[in-house]
Amino acid sequence: MTASPAQSIEKPAQDAGQRRTVVEAKKLSLTFQTADSPVYALSEIDLQVEHGEFVSFIGPSGCGKTTLLRAIADLEQPTAGSIEINGVSAHQARLDRSYGYVFQAPALYPWRNIERNVTLPLEIMGMPREEREERARKYLELVDLAGFAKKFPWQLSGGMQQRASIARALCFDPEILLMDEPFGALDEIVRDHLNEQLLKLWDKTRKTVVFVTHSIPEAVFLSTKIVVMSPRPGRIIDVIETNFPRDRTLDIRETADFLEIAHRVREGLRAGHSYDD
Amino acid sequence: MTDAAAIAGPKVNIVSRVAAGRAGPVAAVSLVILALWYLGAIYMNAQMQIDRFEREETAWSAGDLVSATLSQERPLLPAPHQILVEMKKTIIDTKITSKRSLVFHSWVTLSSTLLGFAIGTVLGIFLAVGIVHVKALEKSLMPWVISSQTIPILAIAPMIVVVLGAIGLKGLIPKAIISTYLCFFPVTIGMVKGLRSPDPLQMDLMHTYNANQWQTFWLLRWPSSLPFLFTSLKVAIAISLVGAIVGELPTGAQAGLGARLLAGSYYGQTIQIWSALVTAALLAASMVALVGMIEKQLLRRMGARP
Repeated sequence: MTASPAQSIEKPAQDAGQRRTVVEAKKLSLTFQTADSPVYALSEIDLQVEHGEFVSFIGPSGCGKTTLLRAIADLEQPTAGSIEINGVSAHQARLDRSYGYVFQAPALYPWRNIERNVTLPLEIMGMPREEREERARKYLELVDLAGFAKKFPWQLSGGMQQRASIARALCFDPEILLMDEPFGALDEIVRDHLNEQLLKLWDKTRKTVVFVTHSIPEAVFLSTKIVVMSPRPGRIIDVIETNFPRDRTLDIRETADFLEIAHRVREGLRAGHSYDD
Repeated sequence: MTDAAAIAGPKVNIVSRVAAGRAGPVAAVSLVILALWYLGAIYMNAQMQIDRFEREETAWSAGDLVSATLSQERPLLPAPHQILVEMKKTIIDTKITSKRSLVFHSWVTLSSTLLGFAIGTVLGIFLAVGIVHVKALEKSLMPWVISSQTIPILAIAPMIVVVLGAIGLKGLIPKAIISTYLCFFPVTIGMVKGLRSPDPLQMDLMHTYNANQWQTFWLLRWPSSLPFLFTSLKVAIAISLVGAIVGELPTGAQAGLGARLLAGSYYGQTIQIWSALVTAALLAASMVALVGMIEKQLLRRMGARP
């Protein structure tokens, strides 16, 4: 009980070999009440994410993929069903700071330099200054931004800003990384590069990643499990497991396996969409 | 030829740079205003001068008339140079402890301006913090904040002075309170907007870190609101000065720019009135400029683009 909050952040290394459910949703439904009619954002979602997986939610806009991610993060409250993170409620998991969240936009605070943006969560957790700076150094190096600690956000490109926000999500060493279309606003060349970097990061840190995207190649390239979703009401229509090697490179996108999975994702998306148009 | 071009080159540069910068346009507008002012002074003071010439039965030419209209002792509209001479006399040539010194009167007004500004700023920020964080306060306070500004300050100022005078508060404090009354308003309005300016993602981020309300305020809302605060402060400091001057008018105050205005109008000393007015304007302009400089420095340290 004498441990400072800073020390308690460092959890013992998890046993990566053991299969352990990190996220478990059962019959999860979420309805937004609007002025004219209710919007069924999520309907009876059943989902399991195992420790160390890289899971992507893919679907057209309005399919509830972001809402599902936000429900996992306790940023939205489900109207029915249950969701558990590591066996506790999503609310408790948020209080425990068990995930780092990367938003669509970098959401860096413009009045803080990159280092102080990265250390923001540590400051909130009450970590002493030297330790915070040490962490910032470590994680900025991890995302290849070592020389940019003292720069302000506007002095960095969009891709670099998003990398800084990933460092910010990782620096307090959460078990789960939740990413909501983090590279959606970037051009394809930068996106490819960041996808490769993200995979390396995932391999190195052994985190569980839940990733929202609407790009099929991105989902197939990154994921160990692809969750295909469809709108009105938001639901899961297919779950595809892949088994590419952990240290894959962008070259696998030319392989038959890759194209076959991409095809299956596309078929799923089309099936979910057909009666709507 | 080449020599001439070489000499003319930088000259053209300076001219175009002046035109592109702020100094050029400002100087041009000032010159136009000055010219119109002189014309106005000649026109408005002419009739009185003609009457005087006729009373004194002196022969006069147009040139005599013009020079005479610009050097009357109590003109309807004093000429700019008359005001400058009066200002030099009362600001530089008079000891600042003298009751005739404009520096002395300015300081009297300035001290209650600054006190009222300080109280108003703190009050305005507190109100905004309350309004942003407590729903009930938004509903109950906001209408009062707004309706407070619909009452003419000229109507309420004498009442504030009388009421406070009855409980023994005289001089500095009642004037400062009138300044406060005027200047808390832009601060509250600006800060309510500023404290609400963080976008939803920035707020969500705080939520994911399980930050408490105090941390969200100090690490997000407060720094986001600072540009809004400074915009409000520039308005607030100028109307604080107005408040302090208005506060001096109904009280028969012995000192201050307002007292100076009042005394000038009792005795028909138009030059004195105008020099007090110009001094008040310069005072306001330099206070606004000072707030602007502090803003620039602070926002630069907060990583604003140069």
